[in-house]
Amino acid sequence: MTIDSIKNGIVIDHIAAGKAMELYAILGLGELDCSVAILKNVSSGKLGKKDIIKIDTILDLDWDIIGYVDPNITVNIIKDGQRLEKRQLKLPERITGVLRCKNPRCITSVEQELPQEFKLTDRERRIYRCLYCETQAGK
Amino acid sequence: MENVRSLIDILELSTQEIDELVEVAAKIIEDPAAYAHKCDGKILATLFFEPSTRTRLSFESAMLSLGGQVLGFSEASSSSAAKGESVADTVRTVSCYADIIAMRHPKEGAPLVAGRHSLVPVINAGDGGHNHPTQTLTDLLTIHHEKGRFENLTVGFCGDLKFGRTVHSLISAMSRYAGTRIVLVSPEELKLPSYVKKEVLQKNGIPYTQTTDLEAVMPELDILYMTRVQRERFFNEEDYLRLKDSYILTPDKLQNAKADLSILHPLPRVNEISVAVDQDPRAAYFRQVRYGRYIRMALIMKLLGIQ
Repeated sequence: MTIDSIKNGIVIDHIAAGKAMELYAILGLGELDCSVAILKNVSSGKLGKKDIIKIDTILDLDWDIIGYVDPNITVNIIKDGQRLEKRQLKLPERITGVLRCKNPRCITSVEQELPQEFKLTDRERRIYRCLYCETQAGK
Repeated sequence: MENVRSLIDILELSTQEIDELVEVAAKIIEDPAAYAHKCDGKILATLFFEPSTRTRLSFESAMLSLGGQVLGFSEASSSSAAKGESVADTVRTVSCYADIIAMRHPKEGAPLVAGRHSLVPVINAGDGGHNHPTQTLTDLLTIHHEKGRFENLTVGFCGDLKFGRTVHSLISAMSRYAGTRIVLVSPEELKLPSYVKKEVLQKNGIPYTQTTDLEAVMPELDILYMTRVQRERFFNEEDYLRLKDSYILTPDKLQNAKADLSILHPLPRVNEISVAVDQDPRAAYFRQVRYGRYIRMALIMKLLGIQ
């Protein structure tokens, strides 16, 4: 299967196999007017299998969110057919507006206009906690 | 507001700042009259969205003892929260009427929201089962007065270690001192949450043991921190009734304790410490209440920038 190479755009590479749709949804790529290609289960020397997302335009992405989904992802910015920049991602210290706190005792459960903010408390185990009540994300 | 110093979590204070607060509190205890007018003309607002007479009176007593004045409410039904006002709006309003705010709220994180929107310092006076930093400061002042140090102490925590926010906060605070050893005594269902063990005790290299047998570990302890099993933290009444009498401290159980053990309790107690223990000089929990007033005086002065 071949997908046209892009002249000006972004290639999100080394996405863990199966995670591309999650990233697509979180980044809101469905709202873009340009071409977006999702490649699933591509053979990879490093990962065995990987997903790739190609976006046919250069836009400002939320790098923190990409790092949260998978810090091993690499992002290539392509300009005039050449790689302009390769970004290595890392786990962001804070994430806002992506996760929701599930603790019914948290202030965000009653004041729903408050921004949902999470902080990284354990980098090794990739644990984020609600900034307000310290409940672990996903619990 | 960014440039206003609040106190939401005990760990916002460095150990040096805690030492300074303990030092000021000691000076207040020595000579209260010297501090009787430090806050003349200042107003403390006590915003208590859930009742807590003890904590509220302690704050009010602290401010009045400094020469200041107090206003506020003692339950949500007598505030505009009953009309659906947000915490942010309540605090924006009240911070125009007062110089400092003490807030208690049943929802965890509410004082953090308040601190972000207030024009004046906000002190977290307890948010649900989450933080209660002035109780921890009270505990720390008590420990320092009773033992003369924070370092090299074996601290036992007994009772509800799962929902007990005072336990989690004091463990976090004590984990910053060299030579701290923690002994955890609780029924299986009320054990210290694993995240506190991993992210506080293990992360700081603090040795700890877990047991269900209080008497077996009693001889090791320098401090025994008793807690109440709190009805309001349970969603299920049956669980509360089954666990509420798990540990009751009696004079018999203290037979093997050190002669200089200090018994602390954040109060109120129900029956987890027998009244017969009150006569024991090692019972420090009523002295602890007194320290609560002095450390709050020191904290109010610090946050208001008063020397």
